[in-house]
Amino acid sequence: MFGNILIWFVIIPILMMAGLGLCRNNGMGAIRAVMVVGSTALLALAIWLCVDFLGLRAAGIDDEMLYRGSWMWYAPLNIHLAVGVDGISVLMLLLSAIIVFAGTFASWKINPLPKNFFLWFALLSTGVFGFFISIDMFTMFMFYEVALIPMYLLIGVWGTGRKEYSAMKLTLMLMGGSAFLMLGLLGIYWHSAPEGGELTWNILEIAHNNAVDPTWQNLLFCFTFVGFGVLGAMFPFHTWSPDGHACAPTAVSMLHAGVLMKLGGYGCFRIAIYLLPQAANELAWIFIILTGISVVYGAFSACVQTDLKYINAYSSVSHCGMVLFALLMLNTTAMTGAILQMLSHGLMTALFFALIGMIYGRTHTRDIRQMGGLMQIMPYLGVCYMIAGFASLGLPGLSGFVAEMTIFFGAWEDVDFFHRAFVVAATCSIVITAVYILRVVGKLLLGPVYDQHHLQLTDATWFERFSTVTLIICIAGIGCFPNWINETIQHSFLPIVKALQTAI
Amino acid sequence: MDYSQFGAMMPELIILGIFLLVFLFDTFTPDNGKKFLTPFTTVLFLLGTVAIWIVPGCSESVFGGMYVDSPACKAMKCILNVGVFICMLEAAKWVETDMVIIRKGEFYELLLVTLFGMYLMISARHFLLFIIGLESASLPIAALVAFNKHKYESHEAAIKYILTAVFSSAILLMGLSFVYALSGGSLYFSDIAASFNGGMMSTMLLVALAFVLAGIGFKLSLVPFHLWTGDVYQGAPTAVTAYLSVVSKGAAAFAFFVIFVQVFGQVYSQAWEWMLYAVIIATITVGNLFAMRQKNMKRFMAFSSVSQAGYIMLGVMAADTLGLASMMFYILVYVVSNLGAFAIISMIEDRTGLVSMDDYKGLHKTNPYIAVAMTLAMFSLAGIPPFAGFFSKILIFTSVTGSNSMALYMLVLIALINTIISLYYYLLVVKAMWISADEPKIQSFGTGACEKVALTLCVGGILLLGLVSCVYQWLVNVVGETFILPGLN
Repeated sequence: MFGNILIWFVIIPILMMAGLGLCRNNGMGAIRAVMVVGSTALLALAIWLCVDFLGLRAAGIDDEMLYRGSWMWYAPLNIHLAVGVDGISVLMLLLSAIIVFAGTFASWKINPLPKNFFLWFALLSTGVFGFFISIDMFTMFMFYEVALIPMYLLIGVWGTGRKEYSAMKLTLMLMGGSAFLMLGLLGIYWHSAPEGGELTWNILEIAHNNAVDPTWQNLLFCFTFVGFGVLGAMFPFHTWSPDGHACAPTAVSMLHAGVLMKLGGYGCFRIAIYLLPQAANELAWIFIILTGISVVYGAFSACVQTDLKYINAYSSVSHCGMVLFALLMLNTTAMTGAILQMLSHGLMTALFFALIGMIYGRTHTRDIRQMGGLMQIMPYLGVCYMIAGFASLGLPGLSGFVAEMTIFFGAWEDVDFFHRAFVVAATCSIVITAVYILRVVGKLLLGPVYDQHHLQLTDATWFERFSTVTLIICIAGIGCFPNWINETIQHSFLPIVKALQTAI
Repeated sequence: MDYSQFGAMMPELIILGIFLLVFLFDTFTPDNGKKFLTPFTTVLFLLGTVAIWIVPGCSESVFGGMYVDSPACKAMKCILNVGVFICMLEAAKWVETDMVIIRKGEFYELLLVTLFGMYLMISARHFLLFIIGLESASLPIAALVAFNKHKYESHEAAIKYILTAVFSSAILLMGLSFVYALSGGSLYFSDIAASFNGGMMSTMLLVALAFVLAGIGFKLSLVPFHLWTGDVYQGAPTAVTAYLSVVSKGAAAFAFFVIFVQVFGQVYSQAWEWMLYAVIIATITVGNLFAMRQKNMKRFMAFSSVSQAGYIMLGVMAADTLGLASMMFYILVYVVSNLGAFAIISMIEDRTGLVSMDDYKGLHKTNPYIAVAMTLAMFSLAGIPPFAGFFSKILIFTSVTGSNSMALYMLVLIALINTIISLYYYLLVVKAMWISADEPKIQSFGTGACEKVALTLCVGGILLLGLVSCVYQWLVNVVGETFILPGLN
């Protein structure tokens, strides 16, 4: 079991938790050492996995999933701990590792109860990594919930503003989504094999059996898509997102917007669409409408907010809506765009939230009406903020452009009026994005200095620079070399697109 | 008479033996020896549990089919013993307090008598024996509830308990007399089941089943027979509340399964499927809605346990091997989670007298380990992974949906939505302990050895029972091998 590299993505965070458990409550040095060693190990492991994966693919191994392993857990229900990754999961693991790494540095001076904070943070990472390596629906769901619950305490204890309200709202809404999801998964399990066959939770086997009754598919598709869609901030289930992000501490916003919301998109892709292809063909239009609304509505809402975190939270609603929107176009190009958008949004939002946290730590306000001219005061942070903003509005050379172009190219492939109308509407969101990004950049960074007290503020410290530079390199990397990502993920769409085509 | 048949009743005889030894010890030791009563009883009980575990069960019924001690029954008895053992450890400090110390012998004796009754409820295959078990499991509990005799609430709770208990027994007996008439004059489970073979439908049967459901539903505090729960749980001494909420409920749930599935299985879809369906929905929902507004921790746990009983009953809806195994696993997990919460409630109540949720504010500053344990217990009750409660809930949901009937999927959906409501109020406790900015009201305190052991057992169970699949596997094997389930109709 321990010979499988994937399992170490879960074991390392557990070891980190054990290590933290041994630290003294306020022994900041030891706590930081454990976190830095652990998150560096995770990052190294993810990079190594990525390189090795590409090597295997280059060597001509074209199995659907690599590094597979499966260990029996609950035999009476055929529940396994089954792991395996394809190109998409590899990139998601890499993204998570980068953000955990950056998040560790972004919460360098967390206060109070640093030990507890990092314990919950490590538990959250366990859930995230476990989710991406699982190919067994049961363990996938378990890790999914493991990733959700630490949010309650992370926001509730270390958050700001209306933290109690937001933490409760976020937890209950996400758990509500997972209630629907659970029912959908149960339905898939009990229909996973043809009459007389052995029932299974394993995603690959279910897809291979393709035995889910057509009459059940529609219902189960709605349950699973809504279940994951809640976490993907799909309209009208997005309302947890602005409050939750606004009140969360920096590292948690980063991890939540950067990685956790991707769990929703990944789940929709891997379970709802892949396992229930017939229903996906039939019902995609309902969810295209909903996600289309998310895209446009999120962008418009971001225009009128004055709190920096709320602006980015609504912007996340819009961008994550784009991910689901692209997945529902059900063709290879749009889905490639969706994956690119997940990566791009993950890195960019993490950078945004990290920067907002740093600015808030200095000015003690996030209201853009009470700040101005920060470019003169803290040029480093100002430039970083601009880079994040340009990535968000899709400037060529940065990650956002590549992702959105691919999505719209792919989406245009569907020739009927319905799809085209929604693509046009969604494309408009790019313009609106430019409006709210440039509004903030103009007022916050380039305008006159609003508050003379701000003149005494200092620029970024070394650990803040470290955290942001890591993210910026990745954003520019995707923007300049998207082909590399394309190569990694291109195999992953074949089985899904094939399932979708045969199901029509 | 063939006395060798008594050999098959080993678990009951062991409990009876422990009871007699405790009684003799309590009666004949001089006053200065009384302080050894608690360790004596606890160790004896632990040894007894191990003995019950080791002695092989006998799947054949004895006394002409009145009694059976199959491995499934014995597994259930062992689960109850775990609960009773933890309850004894939790009560160890409380029984030494001034007003209780002179009666601590009675406390243990009554506890063992009720356990004996529950054993009979589980193993009975004849309604007469079942009623004897039920009564000896209910009436002494009233005495236990009244144990804080200097407290007004304790008396009130006991009166409420005993009146409802007697009334519900009367209803149950009425229902059984109808069953007796319908089955052609027999109270043996096997005869009654045989008489229903092929199904039968009459108004009288419906009334009989409704009465039986009400009678046992009282023990389980299913809605609408739950009205005693809040007051009794609040008024009773905390150790007794803990006992009532897990052990008494667990035994009744197992008996419920046996009676409804084995005896009335043939009239499942005709008579009681919809009855139980409605009762489960009402139990889960009403329990949750009432729990949301409670500030007194004991009352809060009372309504939370009402709703947990609804989840336990889902296993009866599944009505197959997986259903019973999942139900037993659920009860085991519920025992450790609920007793974990009660251990902390009683610790705090013993030292400070505080039982309100508001008093728990800022607990993590003064008693961090206790706050962590309470958080784990709450998460486990709410069904959050990786704690045991998650697995027990998912396993029971999986077993219910096995028949792929849409109605049962909807039942599970309602149950799942209710877990979200329950998550809300369990998180209120977590919020009070961790998030509230108020100054802590409870000072830092140390814990005794017994309390430490009890809490360690509970936390260990919460952390491990789910991750280690062997317990569930064992239950499925035991149930699958020895518990013969008739096909449902």
